[in-house]
Amino acid sequence: MDNAISVVGLTKSFGQAKALDGLDLTVARGEVHGFLGPNGAGKTTTIRILLGLLRADGGTATLLGGDPWRDAVALHRRLAYVPGDVTLWPNLSGGEVIDLLGRLRGGLNAQKRKDLLERFDLDPRKKGRAYSKGNRQKVGLIAALASDVELLLLDEPTSGLDPLMEEVFRQVVAEETRNGRTVLLSSHILSEVEALCDRVSIIRLGRTVETGTLAELRHLTRTHITAELATPPNGLAQLPGVHDLKADGSTVRFQVDQAELDAVLRQLTTHGVRSLVSQPPTLEELFLRHYETESQR
Amino acid sequence: MTSLTGTGTLIRLILRRDRVLMPIWMLCMALLPMGLASGTASLYPTDAGRQGYIDSLAASPIMLLFYGQKPAEPSLGALIFWRAATGIVIMGLIGLLVVIRHTRVEEEAGRRELLGSAVVGRHAALAAAVLTVSGASLVVGVLVALGMISQQTPAPGAFAMGLAWAFAGILYAAIGALAAQLTTGAGAARGIAGALLGLDFILRGTGDVAAGGLSWLAWATPLSWVYKVHAYTDDRWWLFALTAAVALVLVLAALRLSARRDVGAGLLPPRLGPAAAPASLRSPFGLAWRLHRGSLTGWTIGLGVVGGVLFGGVAKTASSLLEGNGQLTEIMERIGGKSVASDIFIGGSMGIAAIAVAAYGISAALRMRTEEAALRSEPVLSAGVGRLRWAAGHLAFALLGPTVVMAVTGLVAGLMYGASTGDVGREVPRVIGAALVQMPAVWLLTGLTVAAYGLLPRLSPAVGWVALSVCVLLGQIGAALQLDQIVLDVSPFTHIPHLPGPADVPVTPLLVLTVLAAGLTAAGLAALRRRDIPVT
Ligand SMILES: Nc1ncnc2c1ncn2[C@@H]1O[C@H](COP(=O)(O)OP(=O)(O)OP(=O)(O)O)[C@@H](O)[C@H]1O
Ligand SMILES: [Mg+2]
Repeated sequence: MDNAISVVGLTKSFGQAKALDGLDLTVARGEVHGFLGPNGAGKTTTIRILLGLLRADGGTATLLGGDPWRDAVALHRRLAYVPGDVTLWPNLSGGEVIDLLGRLRGGLNAQKRKDLLERFDLDPRKKGRAYSKGNRQKVGLIAALASDVELLLLDEPTSGLDPLMEEVFRQVVAEETRNGRTVLLSSHILSEVEALCDRVSIIRLGRTVETGTLAELRHLTRTHITAELATPPNGLAQLPGVHDLKADGSTVRFQVDQAELDAVLRQLTTHGVRSLVSQPPTLEELFLRHYETESQR
Repeated sequence: MTSLTGTGTLIRLILRRDRVLMPIWMLCMALLPMGLASGTASLYPTDAGRQGYIDSLAASPIMLLFYGQKPAEPSLGALIFWRAATGIVIMGLIGLLVVIRHTRVEEEAGRRELLGSAVVGRHAALAAAVLTVSGASLVVGVLVALGMISQQTPAPGAFAMGLAWAFAGILYAAIGALAAQLTTGAGAARGIAGALLGLDFILRGTGDVAAGGLSWLAWATPLSWVYKVHAYTDDRWWLFALTAAVALVLVLAALRLSARRDVGAGLLPPRLGPAAAPASLRSPFGLAWRLHRGSLTGWTIGLGVVGGVLFGGVAKTASSLLEGNGQLTEIMERIGGKSVASDIFIGGSMGIAAIAVAAYGISAALRMRTEEAALRSEPVLSAGVGRLRWAAGHLAFALLGPTVVMAVTGLVAGLMYGASTGDVGREVPRVIGAALVQMPAVWLLTGLTVAAYGLLPRLSPAVGWVALSVCVLLGQIGAALQLDQIVLDVSPFTHIPHLPGPADVPVTPLLVLTVLAAGLTAAGLAALRRRDIPVT
């Protein structure tokens, strides 16, 4: 059993609305897996099914070798969860919540708790209501990260954290993975995903649209080329893999599919290249392409 | 007045959000006195009959506590104004609840912030809530008046009665608005305003029961002026001016407080808590204890101790009044079986306490729903806590909490009554028994709420509170409306044997109610195990 999470063909509807429509997700043990998708794509729904809080309508889900619905309680001792919007009890202090959740899970690492409080710069004595959004999020993070568990399910865990704390979060997660922990990280912060994730899955409308390492995904995108040519670029626009070509006197701008790059460059040099600027695809473009709906494209 | 910019829009928002709830309570309140009037008119068509009915009721201090001093003349209108006075308290309760729902609840949920950033004046939210509730109260008042006129009572009296009900709503809307400024939590604000309403009721009631030395109490609080309007007999219109002035001062004070504090904050600065959890906070039960202990303490002191002292303290006086009144004793015997007067009184007051305690049981059970809707059940349920264990923590308080409160009520009332008769050893167990015999009916209502929570989570608050309201209405006016026994039997309280009294208690109804309560609870838990969490 080397997959921490394996989900096949998961479906879930809320009344008429289909939240998940045949979602697949595989997370290997020991990896940090990015879980991405536009708002309402079904990320939170998937995580809640993995937690055994929601019951899937169809498909299979296996978590740490168990059934998330049937074995919920036993599995929960081996994982920790941080929701995107941590809500606290108004009359409990942050420190009490951290201890309570840790104890419910079967104990937490006192040394880690102390370290994390320090690194995240959190005052554990404030009552639930008195925390700011970011500080509430820290309470949830510390409660999860201070337990020695196998799997972390993080649903937009850093929403509301300032850049300094975001950095601390990245360091802590990096350390956790070095200790062999598996992380499923749903996030809208692409730099965070780029910094932490070994592999990512992109979902849209409840379906997985892309899975792979970031390098693999980059392959699926386009390079931007700007070139100054000696002769007009006749015929270039008709080449397979060339998009959005704009000619402005002797300067051309276009995008080219990664797979056709070689052939297009060959053709380009026949026009006498005077200068050439090429920009690798950015992660943003990669994701935006997947996020856009058909109509927006 | 830029501070009121946007009030109109916010009023429309409130009306939109309450478009189902508001018409329902308005209609219920409007129909109540009309139904009572038509029922009473056919039961007691003559002045002499009504006078006898009034005298027999007024002989009981419990009735004076509830309705105030009896009317000076036996006209149908005067009798209904007096007999339906519970409506005054209910109007106050609705007023404070609705205002807090649209002020502090919104702030606590963070939605007020969203609005505050739009073009909305600083006072708009509070003003909109108070204006909406006041307007709705006035509409209820007009409907009550029209309903009473339709029962052939004089128009001026009908409007005085309608306005009295309306002003109870307006007055407590203002008090709710003020309470909403004091605390950061909506629950605490409801507690403060509700406690004031309870105190208001008890002070006026004590004044009316005690007459003599303490009778000034009957005039001491703003709500008591509404009773003293004496619609149909005196029609004291000037009292409305007084009530309106008090309400206006309260609203202005609330507006000033709200202008001086931050959105989301209360008046008292939040205190720091412990950095680490105490050893007791390590299980779902430990968490439930932290969440429920405040209300358990409040109910134990408020109902158990204060209520117990009140009930036990007046029991002896009350029973001597009963003994002198043959007609009332006859009526009471019909309801409560053949018992001595003091037993009838104790049994009756424990029945009233049981209704209040049922409200506590329902609200404690609904705490599960609050936790789920606020997404606070999620972290617990994903930390190695099974759903049943999580629910068990809350159920312990929803089922046993009311039992503790009832036991304390019985104990305190027994001690007080025993001290007055000089036989504590005999009275304490008898009164505790009279208190605890009510529990199966209380559990049934809690069980119904739990069943609704499992099966229809979104509707569970409505199910719980509607069920309780039905029980209250059947108990209070069911007989006066000449309802069939089959209808009266719907309320579990109808089946509770009357204690203290006969030596042989019929156990069958108690067993049936307990089994039903257990079955409903189990059904709710079974559904909870199977359904999605959270249902928002
Ligand atoms: N309890 C619910 N009842 C009805 N619909 C729901 C419920 N929960 C989720 N949905 C719907 O299911 C879809 C998926 O929602 P989900 O919360 O999983 O999205 P998400 O990917 O987490 O989005 P975000 O990035 O905004 O957090 C959405 O269309 C949402 O409206
Ligand atoms: Mg989400």
